[in-house]
Amino acid sequence: MKRKHKRLTFVVIAWGFLALATALVLFAFEEGIVFFYSPTELTEKKPPAEQRLRVGGLVEEGSVEKSGTIVSFRVTDLNNSVPVTYEGILPDLFREGQGVVAEGRLVGGVFVAAEVLAKHDENYMPPEVAEALKKSGQWQGGSP
Amino acid sequence: MIAEAGHFALVLALFVALVQAALPLAGAARNDASWMALARPAAYVQFLLVAFSFACLTHAFVTSDFSLLSVARYSHSAKPMLYKVTGVWGNHEGSMLLWVLILSLFGAAVAVFGRHLPAALGARVLGVQALIAIGFYLFILFTSNPFERLFPPAADGQGLNPLLQDPGLAFHPPFLYLGYVGFSIAFSFAIAALIEGRVDAAWARWVRPWTLAAWGFLTAGIGLGSWWAYYELGWGGWWFWDPVENASFMPWLAGTALLHSAVVVEKRDTLKAWTIFLAIIAFALSLLGTFLVRSGVLTSVHAFATDPQRGVFILVMLIIVIGASLALFAWRGPALKSTGLFQPISREGGLLLNNLFMSTAAAVILLGTLYPLLLEAIGGGKVSVGAPFFNAVFLPLMAPMTAAMAVGPLLSWKRSDLAAAMMRMKAAFAAALVAVAAAWAANGGGPILGLVGCGLAAWLFVGTFVDLGERIRLFGGPIRASLRRLGRLPRASWGMTCAHLGLAIAIAGMTGAGAWKVESIQVMKPGETVTVAGFAYTFEGARQVRGVNYIAIRGAFSVHRDGEEVATLYPEKRHYPVEGMPTTEAAIHTTFLGDLYAVIGDAEGGDGGFVTRLYFNPLVGWMWAGGLIMVLGGALSLSDRRHRIGAPARKAGVAAAAKA
Repeated sequence: MKRKHKRLTFVVIAWGFLALATALVLFAFEEGIVFFYSPTELTEKKPPAEQRLRVGGLVEEGSVEKSGTIVSFRVTDLNNSVPVTYEGILPDLFREGQGVVAEGRLVGGVFVAAEVLAKHDENYMPPEVAEALKKSGQWQGGSP
Repeated sequence: MIAEAGHFALVLALFVALVQAALPLAGAARNDASWMALARPAAYVQFLLVAFSFACLTHAFVTSDFSLLSVARYSHSAKPMLYKVTGVWGNHEGSMLLWVLILSLFGAAVAVFGRHLPAALGARVLGVQALIAIGFYLFILFTSNPFERLFPPAADGQGLNPLLQDPGLAFHPPFLYLGYVGFSIAFSFAIAALIEGRVDAAWARWVRPWTLAAWGFLTAGIGLGSWWAYYELGWGGWWFWDPVENASFMPWLAGTALLHSAVVVEKRDTLKAWTIFLAIIAFALSLLGTFLVRSGVLTSVHAFATDPQRGVFILVMLIIVIGASLALFAWRGPALKSTGLFQPISREGGLLLNNLFMSTAAAVILLGTLYPLLLEAIGGGKVSVGAPFFNAVFLPLMAPMTAAMAVGPLLSWKRSDLAAAMMRMKAAFAAALVAVAAAWAANGGGPILGLVGCGLAAWLFVGTFVDLGERIRLFGGPIRASLRRLGRLPRASWGMTCAHLGLAIAIAGMTGAGAWKVESIQVMKPGETVTVAGFAYTFEGARQVRGVNYIAIRGAFSVHRDGEEVATLYPEKRHYPVEGMPTTEAAIHTTFLGDLYAVIGDAEGGDGGFVTRLYFNPLVGWMWAGGLIMVLGGALSLSDRRHRIGAPARKAGVAAAAKA
């Protein structure tokens, strides 16, 4: 093989990898991207049940109910709220009146969470929650 | 007073760094030996000043000096001593001081070990190191001063996030930083080489030990982090493709690629521009990791600083460093001429393939990590990119890479025969089939990915031994001669064998825990029994216990298998009154084939019942054992004499060869 051909081989291989990466990314974007909704957007837009999504806001005071391993509560942006159910042990910092992000699907008006993320430390507000509160006009803190 | 001394030492270090950056670089350009000679003593002084400054901050934390803002915010007088010390870097300000401490430590190490470097190269490397240091000193002094006073002093501190009060996490940041910052040396060498317009085998030899050290530390840091997540977060998971995890994983991928491409530069005098590019990218990704973690743009446990001013500062620094170094690369890179010829089927071809897979993986992970930020920046809404995305892009890249990785070492340099190499891999192929069959039989089938993972792990494991056998010509003569060869194998070669074996074991662990994890959530009353993966867990009830700075509910599970007692597990739910925070302490019993893992939740039903979560994580311990073996491989390779004293002799040889 001449030097020129060799260079061409490598260029072809490199483009092959680029194509492979692009294909993988496009394919994975179908599954792996989760859109974020505030409780208000969720009540207005009503996304289809097969779409996995995130909702964030505050855990409504007095809304947490436990029965066995199932926990239900409402997530609010102080204008609208959405009922959420979750099976399992909630994160340690899950508390009424605090910020929370839930990931799951909206089934018949109830958000069935597969995962619940609470903030990790008390001085910290998840950006999603801050966003939801800003959208609803209820944000009182400074910039997150 | 001590705190002011620490602050002052840091300011002095900034000025020393300014001198270390300006004079040696100018001296190297003007060929002025006395200016260049300033670099080494300056590096020592810088290190001593930062070490003094760090000692001052440590003193403040240990003596609980609550007139310091960072101590009052992140420490407490009732905290155990270990966490008072680790609290120094358990906060933003202190962790940045740790960063520059390690940066100056590496600078001093280059000054010590780099005595044999050509004067100009040494001066340039240390000069570039100082440039990086200047950026960080300014960052600390202007946006995150750990020595800021609080007036009036606080009566007591607010405490450290209890999640961080843990031995695994106490040492996770230092290791991670040793890795991140270690890549700054490879970066400085790359920039120095670009300025000089010359990369040769000797250069690759000098860069390799530093890259190896950084890689080893980063591997250890990532391992510790995932181990911590596994036992502390109580979700039974060990890797969440969290942006912050990705931030540490991307430099690891780039660093692994760099480690392998530097070998090609050394042995075959080719892939030069690519290696320089990787050195720049590895450090750029380390800086990006710092930016992602420290700026608080992402939801994460690490985002304790959510001050936009800091984020902007790091972002600007990131743009300057990456922009300037890539511009330099674009300008000087084409001048790096490679002499070696390149055949695709050869050892260097295999190493290049590794590089392509590694860098493609780093690129897709980078895309997935930054996509939410990019989309938000252009007003496209808020999204998160989760584990399904990363698994779907990462695993298909890693599977062929692992398959190729077992064969690569069997190929010879320059030109090789793939068919012959595959013939020698018969044993590995058989082992892979056996592993797939065993996994199938043990689990009654299973996800395809799980079976593929088991097969690949066995393939790589046995393939690495096949390679070792070839090196010592096992079965090719008297066994004693083979053993003699085994004893004479260079340490670097042992290092590679160890690292590849470690990865094989780790892949087996990740596969087992990823594909066949068993999880069971339920309410259990005292005396009740639940069976998970053949283990019968009997809940013996829960009671309150007191720790040094927490109160806990401790549950007890006795675990039996086929009537025989296996273990008693005591998971806890702790409450830290100072921080007002609860944490979950999982109870884990590790066996060779998997971990028994129990978590206790809230009381339920008022009759002594609790929500409990029980897991069986098959082979999960293998992952960290494999990681440890990889680190050991790195250390073995690092201890190779050729890395330490061979370089000057080698340089003479290369110079002679270049003349001929």
